[in-house]
Amino acid sequence: MSAHDHANEHDHGHEHEHHHKDTFITKYIFSIDHKMIAKQYLITGLIMGIIGVAMSLLFRMQLAWPEESFKIFNVLLGDEYAPDGVMRNDIYLALVTIHGTIMVFFVLTAGLSGTFSNLLIPLQIGARDMASGFLNMISYWLFFLSSVVMICSLFVESGPASAGWTIYPPLSALPQAIPGSGTGMTLWLVSMAIFIASSLMGSLNYVVTVINLRTKGMSMTRLPLTIWAFFVTAIIGIVSFPVLLSAALLLIFDRSFGTSFFLSDIFIAGEVLHYQGGSPVLFEHLFWFLGHPEVYIVLLPALGITSEIIATNSRKPIFGYRAMIASIIAIAFLSTIVWGHHMFISGMNPFLGSVFTFTTLLIAIPSAVKAFNYITTLWKGNLQLNPAMLFSIGLVSTFITGGLTGIILGDSTLDINVHDTYFVVAHFHLVMGISALYGMFAGIYHWFPRMFGRMLNKNLGYVHFWVTAVCAYGVFFPMHFIGMAGLPRRYYTNTAFPLFDDLQNVNVIITMFALVGGAFQLVFIWNFFHSMFYGKKSEINPWRSNTLEWTAPVEHIHGNWPGALPEVHRWPYDYSKPGHVEDFVPQTVPMGPDEEKLHH
Amino acid sequence: MTSLLVLVVLVLVSVAIWQLTKIFDLTQVGGDADNSQVANDNDNNVNGYLMFAFLVFIYITTIVCVVKYGHFPLMSNSASEHGVEVDRLMWISMILIFFVQTITQALLHYFAFKYRGKKGNTALYFADNNKLEMIWSIIPAITLAGLILYGLYAWTNIMFVDEETENPMVVEIYAKQFGWEVRYAGEDNVLGKANVRYIEGINTLGVDLADPNAQDDITASELHLPKGVKVVFKIRSQDVLHSAYMPHFRAQMNCVPGMVTQFAFTPTITTAEMRNSPEMIEKVATINKIRAEKSKELAAKGEAILDPYTFDYLLLCNKICGKSHYNMQMKIVVESKEDFKKWLSEKTTLVQAIKAQEQPAEEISIEEDSTKVVVDSTLVVQVVK
Repeated sequence: MSAHDHANEHDHGHEHEHHHKDTFITKYIFSIDHKMIAKQYLITGLIMGIIGVAMSLLFRMQLAWPEESFKIFNVLLGDEYAPDGVMRNDIYLALVTIHGTIMVFFVLTAGLSGTFSNLLIPLQIGARDMASGFLNMISYWLFFLSSVVMICSLFVESGPASAGWTIYPPLSALPQAIPGSGTGMTLWLVSMAIFIASSLMGSLNYVVTVINLRTKGMSMTRLPLTIWAFFVTAIIGIVSFPVLLSAALLLIFDRSFGTSFFLSDIFIAGEVLHYQGGSPVLFEHLFWFLGHPEVYIVLLPALGITSEIIATNSRKPIFGYRAMIASIIAIAFLSTIVWGHHMFISGMNPFLGSVFTFTTLLIAIPSAVKAFNYITTLWKGNLQLNPAMLFSIGLVSTFITGGLTGIILGDSTLDINVHDTYFVVAHFHLVMGISALYGMFAGIYHWFPRMFGRMLNKNLGYVHFWVTAVCAYGVFFPMHFIGMAGLPRRYYTNTAFPLFDDLQNVNVIITMFALVGGAFQLVFIWNFFHSMFYGKKSEINPWRSNTLEWTAPVEHIHGNWPGALPEVHRWPYDYSKPGHVEDFVPQTVPMGPDEEKLHH
Repeated sequence: MTSLLVLVVLVLVSVAIWQLTKIFDLTQVGGDADNSQVANDNDNNVNGYLMFAFLVFIYITTIVCVVKYGHFPLMSNSASEHGVEVDRLMWISMILIFFVQTITQALLHYFAFKYRGKKGNTALYFADNNKLEMIWSIIPAITLAGLILYGLYAWTNIMFVDEETENPMVVEIYAKQFGWEVRYAGEDNVLGKANVRYIEGINTLGVDLADPNAQDDITASELHLPKGVKVVFKIRSQDVLHSAYMPHFRAQMNCVPGMVTQFAFTPTITTAEMRNSPEMIEKVATINKIRAEKSKELAAKGEAILDPYTFDYLLLCNKICGKSHYNMQMKIVVESKEDFKKWLSEKTTLVQAIKAQEQPAEEISIEEDSTKVVVDSTLVVQVVK
């Protein structure tokens, strides 16, 4: 329990005077204030994001112009991995692996959930801070440590992990199979183990905070959908991350102590290894038991953020609030029983394939409900097309485009032929990569004033959105077609197969879009850091929003509200409600005597 | 050259950023220049129209992709019996997806355009409608139920092979970094036992030479299949995970060390027939045009030119397996039953091949070393067994 806990009962203004003065270290580094921790998560996540995206641009260049010499390869990868500027095939696989790892875990899990859960949970439920500020601080610093270890793994002599982000053994277990499975893989596993610890501490904190620290009147059905999404995400994390930890530990045993959990009957580099009785399929089960819920750990917070932003900027209640909550819960539940759709052709019993096809396609129903509810929310709204709103609409668009192809991949019969091709790459990048990234951008544009007390430049925001939107489609839409032509993913080059020669120009187009899209992220980075110091000072409630975070002062203080905690009298979506002068009614406004008691 | 290209792209990008920012700044003129960084009517207007333009962009991208790249090689011209069913399901799903995508994107972007905000406008307070929500839960549920049933029906037909009644030809596919080998079961249609622990010399598949079923097994480095005969592949891997991907046959199965996986299909089109199909002739011509152009460039640089492409069925590795994953392939030849029999009969069995290799060594050892003879003869005895 935190030092702030007692503040929940007492008048905070009184408590504030007792507060000892913050030093630089306790304020900016080892802070236990959720708002500062959120900012730390965000900036670490952004830095990791820049690294992850830059890697993808490098291997996209290799795919468009295979084995051509680029000075930049030589500069960034060095003489060993890019002699004469030509990217070597093992570093290609390493880049693909680390790009996936960084984007999925470090950017879209920690960077997204870590930032917005930390920032918004206490502020939107009316709490002084997280249930345990100390645990929260440890959680961030473990995340930071795991990032550092992951980055260090790029510089070891035998090269970084290169078995794909799914690190299937035996490839990931045997340095004889690929050099990256030596020290690089060890550091990868260490980094992930630390990451999982961090994630669990964060998730436990979020769940406890939402359950226990809601302010007076904030019933579960008055929570903003952001909180619902963060809450359910944290629960999925608690359920599934430990399974990945166990998989990682068993893999460490196999690698270092000679056990045979995942390895059996292997002949490599001219000799038979002693392993017997293990099965790589077991690892696949353990991995995807996290791996699939992970998709929703990444996506649900983005959807929560979008729900909030679309409602606020449409000046309309979110359509079907309860259906939205129900679909979040349904998606979360289903997400834990569909992992086998990654393994239709792994050699598991085909009957299991049938079961997983059934559960997988069920997810389409709550997803469809969400998409239609977003569209209906826009209908007859008074849309304020702020950059955050554009990114939210963009999210709905990519969520639909990417989600629809899931009908093909989730169907075991069709998966046989498009499994592990670029069709899959296109699908998951749109539905979880780009969508979650849009959610993150939307969140940043919307809550930047809440984090830094200043506004982001909207025109730069518009440029950022439109170029990103065009490039995202330009990159991932054509990818479906090269996938349907049978081109496998994770190929260093397609030149070994004349069969695919007619797809080479598509690869060039994709890379062009990727380079332009990647370059334009610099607009955002510049806007972000420039506005942090020189942006226009924000008003207390710039988007005229209903939720509690906009009632707290712009300048950050410990305990969030100077006086008593705000009291909640209504749900958060009373926008353009008839009978009110303004087109928004904050949650703190008491119900009028004859006000229709919609949603409590 | 390429670094120049990159430089040009970078310069263009920065010019574009500058210009776009300017355009957005200019749209502010005439509006209330409030500098609040919150969208005003002008912003709503500009971005509303851009939303509409983006819808057009999505449609154009779709049409261009379908026209240019949409020959859908994996949705037509299947070379296996079950592939026809897979293709049909793929078409149904694709048309459905296309339909839903077109409508929902239109609604989303059109609403974003149509209801762009204006000062003085009021949004409709519309929080709930059970009927509507029921409709869009039930319609997807019914559609998906149809797809699931069709999919499961096809899946069951493809994956469950009754080897006793159907009596398919048994062929082993063997994967290792970075190549493929195959083993035919021979007369008895039963593969001899195998384990990586038996790997020695030319017995690269680790066949247990003492197993009676192994005596007529034949190994090959090219996969030949008879047209119209059901083949069940028993798939093994020697080192890491691989995936045996045969896209023209709509077939794929992972190769898992320590485990035998399987996949079965009936090839229906011979290599020669496929080469002569109009679609394939067109595709090969396109590819050869590209290769000829590339060859010209290479010749100008004084490098070796590319061979012209002729169509062949291929077995590809489709699970990341190491450095040369991108070049792990084997040719598949589908031919008439007679041609296949002829091809197979010209092969020697693995046991014979090993014997032939050991024969000369044995003769020498008889003369030179008496102890060696003992060792060799036990081996021979083992082999004969």
